[in-house]
Amino acid sequence: MKSNYACKSNEHEIARRGFLGTMLGTAGVVGGLGAFTNRSIATELERKQKRVVVFNMAGGISQLETWDPKPGTDTGGPFRAIPTSVPGVHISELLPKTAKLMHHLALVRSINIKENDHGKGRYAMWTGRRQTPAQDFPQIGAVMAKSLGADKNALPGHIQVSSSTGGRSNDSAYLGPAFASISIASGKPPANSARPEGMTEKQDILRNEFRRSADNRFSLRRRSAQTDAYAQSYEQAQQLMANRDVFDITKESPKDHERYGKHELGQHSLLARRLLEKGVTFVQVTHSNYDTHNENFNFHLEQVGEFDKAYSALVEDLAVRGMLDSTLIIVMSEFGRTPRINQYYGRDHWGTAWSICLGGAGIQRGAVIGSTNDNGTAVKDREVDHGHLFHTYLQAVGVDSLGSFSIGGQDIPVADPSHAPIEELLA
Amino acid sequence: MTFFETTEVTVDPTATHVDKTWKYTSPLITCRFDPAGKYVFATAQDNALIRWTLADGAMKVYKGHDSWIRDIEFSQDGKTVVSSGCDDRLFFWDVEEAAEEPKPTREIHAHKGWIRSIQLSPDGTLLASGGNDRIVKIWNMADGKLVKELVGHEIDIYSVMWHPKDGTLFSGDLTGKIYRWDTVSDKPALIYDGKDLYTANTGQKAGYGGIRGMALSEDNKTLYACGLHKATNPFGAVQEPLILAFDLESKKVVKKWEVAGLKAIAWEIKLHPQGFLFCVCGGGAGGYLTFIKPDEDKDYHRAKLPNVSRGMDLHPDGVQICVAHYDKQLRICRLQAKVEEKKEG
Repeated sequence: MKSNYACKSNEHEIARRGFLGTMLGTAGVVGGLGAFTNRSIATELERKQKRVVVFNMAGGISQLETWDPKPGTDTGGPFRAIPTSVPGVHISELLPKTAKLMHHLALVRSINIKENDHGKGRYAMWTGRRQTPAQDFPQIGAVMAKSLGADKNALPGHIQVSSSTGGRSNDSAYLGPAFASISIASGKPPANSARPEGMTEKQDILRNEFRRSADNRFSLRRRSAQTDAYAQSYEQAQQLMANRDVFDITKESPKDHERYGKHELGQHSLLARRLLEKGVTFVQVTHSNYDTHNENFNFHLEQVGEFDKAYSALVEDLAVRGMLDSTLIIVMSEFGRTPRINQYYGRDHWGTAWSICLGGAGIQRGAVIGSTNDNGTAVKDREVDHGHLFHTYLQAVGVDSLGSFSIGGQDIPVADPSHAPIEELLA
Repeated sequence: MTFFETTEVTVDPTATHVDKTWKYTSPLITCRFDPAGKYVFATAQDNALIRWTLADGAMKVYKGHDSWIRDIEFSQDGKTVVSSGCDDRLFFWDVEEAAEEPKPTREIHAHKGWIRSIQLSPDGTLLASGGNDRIVKIWNMADGKLVKELVGHEIDIYSVMWHPKDGTLFSGDLTGKIYRWDTVSDKPALIYDGKDLYTANTGQKAGYGGIRGMALSEDNKTLYACGLHKATNPFGAVQEPLILAFDLESKKVVKKWEVAGLKAIAWEIKLHPQGFLFCVCGGGAGGYLTFIKPDEDKDYHRAKLPNVSRGMDLHPDGVQICVAHYDKQLRICRLQAKVEEKKEG
């Protein structure tokens, strides 16, 4: 089936020419960024490009064991609160390293998404809208990749680092497959991205030239969304093959491996730093799993300890390397966990009053937005939801969240038009 | 000759029933009888240590910890009760405290992290503690000074227990390893591998299980360890209790008891002076006391409790068992048939 792309709209023509043009031109730029420790290079990249990294705390991390502790109350649990580098702001004792970096970060403690289902909560938090059968919306990574011009980059603009086997996801909805996420499995280059044994470089170049020639001829009369996606997949694969080293964290120093942690999250976070340094627009790191209906405290002790080490190392590095002003960092889940401690020392699903942490680009450092009541069972002030957060993420990196995407001649709001950004959270 | 042959007390686990119930204001975590059997102490999710007088149920609350208390122990003379907290501290208190707001007589910043388990040495002079900093520490009960640190565990320590005769000390961790330390010499610890009590769930990326409780046989030749297995869904509390028996000399597992079909954790295990083992189990199935004869292959009785249970202790009389429950209730069970009150007329 042909898509509306076949209408040959100017917008799409320009986008495609841009993409193909940059294919040839940006490989050198990306390769030349190197380790990106030079502040002047960082400043240059900042001027050109904003980036986003999301820590997906899969399953629903507990706000009480992280960003909004309530020690000494009936819901507090066994962990205590510790002071942070921001006077008056306390977080869980499970985050001692992060606490020292709080002046780079901000908290939103008044989230109520009115959703306690994993799938629906995740959809809301990742798209900024409620799930409906009427329309599918792109996830934040796709929106960021599209809005920040990731398609002009040689590397994929939307990467998920996880322990899955890799591949391309279906999370970009009407923005098209160019902005769908590519999963990178366990810090390894994408599967099958090496040139096949037995094929010389010259043969490889020749076969790709032939493919492009055939594609272009076909596209002259029968261009469609499908043919674009087809062509783009090949071109992106070419770039991945040329930049396989970007995904190779063995090139990072042993000291950094130690700092980030040799566990999976540590290694994935180190890869995230490497990808951000190389100019990838959106990177998501998943830490699994926090769905702790049973033994919430033992599991959070284990998991949050890992997170604190890896996350604080990344925040610190981005700050030291001058990348924090251009990189938005978000730590979020599909929801939080119940203040009530259940009979298994567990906490259940809770979208009613919970928190996220964010920082970096465009965010008011050290801010704490909203609050919950004494034992965390309800939002006390400045209630916000997924829609407000989604607008805020976009505005923080300079994207007009009140604008629209033009998709096949139809304007679709970038973010839910019934919501607005949290202005006091923006720098 | 066992305690009961001496005292001529008879017990019947199959007749176990709840005799008394006392309510607190917060879910309970664990409980212990004092050596004289006059009081029962429990800990709760509001960070308190609670004392009930067994005779009349009078309650006193000791507050000082700023986190949950995981274990309770007593001095040999029964005058001091020690509480170990998730706030890194050991608190010493007067058992016969009369003040409205009891104050600890001693406070030791003992570990970095939760102190999950403590136990007094058989001669009453030393206190062993173990917790999340992976170090076993031995303290002088008289002055609270650190005597020794035992380093070797690679993960959180869940339980400690002294051998009653030879001065060795057992410590069990999350991954099911039990170290047997020679506290006198610097010989390397012997390691008993209770890996069946640990599940590395790759789907949920969770390490789950641990040596939740330990006991020794009457002849001190067999080590018992309890916890859980079949943890197909650790986050959903899907697991079953498991008890392992190790031959102390060969270090081999010589027997396993699966408390089959019970969705629960075996939180603690004790050897009754009459020779049977009993565990407190709690979880999705509710609360149970399960009874095992060491020479049999299956548990022979399960006493259902009214709510999820988390900790227990045996009274010096050998008849009463206190159980700490999630529903804020402390229950005193009797291992004897109910005595029916005679109706007048």
